[in-house]
Amino acid sequence: MRFTDEFRDPGLILQTSDEIRRLADPARHYRLMEVCGGHTHAIYRFGLNDLLPPNIELVHGPGCPVCVLPMGRIDDGLAIAAGNDVIFTAFGDMMRVPGTHGSPLEHKARGADVRIVYSPADALKIARANPCRHVMFFAIGFETTAPSTALTLMRAKAEGIRNFSVFCNHVTIIPAIRAILDSPDMRIDAFIGPGHVSTVIGCRVYEWIARNEGKPIAVSGFEPLDVLQSIVMILRQMERGEAKVENQYRRVVPWEGNRAALKVMADVFTLRSYFEWRGMGFISQSALALNDAYADWDAERLFKVPGIRVTDPKAAQCGEVLKGVLKPQQCKLFGSECTPENPVGALMVSSEGACAAYYQYDHRKSQLVSIPA
Amino acid sequence: MATALPKIRFRDPQIEMAHGAGGKASRRLIEGLFAPILCGLSSEPLADAAIVSINGADIAITADSFVVSPLAFPGGSIGELAVNGTVNDLAVSGARAEVLVVTYVLEAGLPTEILEAEVRAMGRAASAAKVAIAGGDTKVVEHGKADKMYITTAGVGRPIPGVQLSARSARPGDVILISGPIGDHGITILLARGDLDLEADICSDTRPVIDLVEALAKAAAPGLRWMRDPTRGGVATTLNEFARDCALGVCLFEDRIPVHDAVRGACELLGLDPLHIANEGQFLAVVAPEYADAALEALQSAPGGRHACRIGEVREQPARSVLASTPYGGTRIVDMLVGDPLPRIC
Repeated sequence: MRFTDEFRDPGLILQTSDEIRRLADPARHYRLMEVCGGHTHAIYRFGLNDLLPPNIELVHGPGCPVCVLPMGRIDDGLAIAAGNDVIFTAFGDMMRVPGTHGSPLEHKARGADVRIVYSPADALKIARANPCRHVMFFAIGFETTAPSTALTLMRAKAEGIRNFSVFCNHVTIIPAIRAILDSPDMRIDAFIGPGHVSTVIGCRVYEWIARNEGKPIAVSGFEPLDVLQSIVMILRQMERGEAKVENQYRRVVPWEGNRAALKVMADVFTLRSYFEWRGMGFISQSALALNDAYADWDAERLFKVPGIRVTDPKAAQCGEVLKGVLKPQQCKLFGSECTPENPVGALMVSSEGACAAYYQYDHRKSQLVSIPA
Repeated sequence: MATALPKIRFRDPQIEMAHGAGGKASRRLIEGLFAPILCGLSSEPLADAAIVSINGADIAITADSFVVSPLAFPGGSIGELAVNGTVNDLAVSGARAEVLVVTYVLEAGLPTEILEAEVRAMGRAASAAKVAIAGGDTKVVEHGKADKMYITTAGVGRPIPGVQLSARSARPGDVILISGPIGDHGITILLARGDLDLEADICSDTRPVIDLVEALAKAAAPGLRWMRDPTRGGVATTLNEFARDCALGVCLFEDRIPVHDAVRGACELLGLDPLHIANEGQFLAVVAPEYADAALEALQSAPGGRHACRIGEVREQPARSVLASTPYGGTRIVDMLVGDPLPRIC
C-alpha cells in the first residue's frame, strides 16, 4: 500500500532506531511530548517504545478531542436532543463517551434517535432526507475537523436547509500547548508536533515554542518511521543546542498551512472568550463558536442549553494524564474501575486516548517473561 | 440435598448492541447470565457448537441467527450466510453438517421477490455444502417491528473420525494456522451499507469451510488441537478466547497475517484493526508442531486454501493473552473487541 508500506519498512525502522540510540546521551533523560492522540495510538499500536532507549520517555499530550471534552458538554448535547425530538448525530468516537446518565450509545439503546456519521456532510444528508425532523451535529475536534464542519454549514446556508444545526465543541491546539507549557508541574524537553492539525494550521504557528520556550518541535506523521524520524530530528537539535520547528511530515503538511481551510473556518466561526477543557479547566480563546452569520444553524442559540457543569469523578486523574503529569497506569482507577468496556473518563474511550491505547496495546506486556523473537 | 444456586454475575442494566458484537460484552452476557442458568455448573469452555452423545452415538449440534443489513452484499447474502455459518460452526467443531432446520422471521411488507432470492441462495448454498434442509418455521411480524428478514438455522452433524478438539489440549510450541486472508466480510458489509462513500474491489468471503477442514483432518488429525471460525470480533477476539480457555499465550507474527490490500486500506482509513474484523469463510487451527508442515501443505493444496498460512504460535507467556510482534521488534497486546465497530454484520 503506497504511503504506508514505505514508512513501515523493517530495515529502515531498525536503522532509525539505531540512530536514536547513537544520538541519545546516556547521561541524560529526555521527556518528549507527543501532542496528538493519533501519535499516542501509533506509538502503542506499533510498539515503538520497544525501539527506544530507556532514557527517552514519551509523554502523552492533550491532542485527543474526545478526551478533552468536559462531561457537561456531552450532557448538554444529549439534553438538547432529548428535549426537542432532535436526531443526534456525531462521530463514532463520541458514541461511547460517558455522560452523567450514560453515553450517546446508551441513550440510543433507551430509544433516543442517535446516529453515527463519518462526516458532518452525512448529518446534513440526514437532514435533507428528514425535512420534518431537526438534525443536530455534535461537532468535536481540533482544526483538523473544523473546516469540514464549516463547509457543511456553508452548504446548509446556501441550500437554505433550516432543520439542521451544529452543537459546536471545536477547540484549537495552540492554547492547549500554551497551557501545558505554563503548567508548573510540567517538564517537557521537546514536542513531537501534531500531524493532522498541522495540515490545516501549518508549522509557522509553532515558532514561538522554539523561540520563546527553547523547546525543539518536529511536526510528525503517523507511521512508525515518521515518529522515529521526528525523534531523530529532535535529538539532533538538542545535540547541537538548537530549538526550532522542523517539518517531518512534509508529504502532507504545508509550512504555511491550508489557506482555503483556514478561510472557511474564519468565515463561519468566531473564537470563544473561554472554554472548559476536561482536566485542564477553563482556557481562554481556546475554542470556536458559530459566528452571527450562522446563528440560525447554531444549536446553542436555537435551543435552550442547560449549561450543565459536571466535575470529573474525584478518583479519576484524567487531567493529570492529559497534561502528561501521570502515565495512564499511574491513575488510581486504571484497569480496575476504569476500563475500555466501562470507561470512567474519556481517555479510556477514544482509540486516541492515552489510557485506551495503553490498556489495549501495552499494559499486560509487563507480564511477559521474555520478549518473543 | 441442597442444590447450589447458579451465581448470576451479569450486572449490565440493559442490552446494548455491544452484547451482540461477539466481543467482551457478549462473553460477559453468556458467562454471566446464560451459562449459569441454562448450563448449570459445567466447567467446559462454551463453544458455538457442542458434541453430545445420544444412545451412545456422538452428534454435533449448533444454531445461529442471521440479522445482517443489507440483506445482499458483494459476494453473498443473508441466505447464503445462514447456511454457511451453521455448516462452519459444525466444521470447526470437527463435524460435517448433515441436516439443517430453518426459521424465518419476516417483516410484513417484505417483497416476495427478495424472499425468493434468499430462499434460492439458501438452496444453492445447501447443495454446495452437501447438507439437507429438513424443515423449519416461519413467523411474520408487523411492519416496522423487524428489519426485513431474520434467519435462524440449526444444524446437526457427524463428527469427523479421529478429530478430538479442545483448547485445553494446546501446548506451548503449537502452531497457529489461518485458512486465508482476513477481514473481507466485515469490510464488505461496512462498505455495502453505503454510509461511507467508499468503494473497494472486495467481496465477502462467505463459503463453507468443511472441505478444507476435512483435508486438514486427513493430514494432521492426531495433531489437530483446536479450530474456530473467527466471525464477529475477528481473529483477535477468537484467539483471546482460545488463550483464556487454554491458559496459555498466543504470539502472532504481524507481517505474516494475510490481509487483502483493500481491507488494509479501509482499516487504515477508518482506524480499524483487521484483527477485529469479521470473517465468514475462514478458520483458525492450532496444530502440534510436528504436524504443522503436513497440515499447512494439506490446506494449501485443497481448493480454496491456497492462501492458508502460519500466523503465530502458542507460548507459555503472556498467559491468557495475545501478543503481536512486528518484524522490527516492536510488540503489542492484541485485545478482544470492545464495543461494536460494525453493527450487525452477520
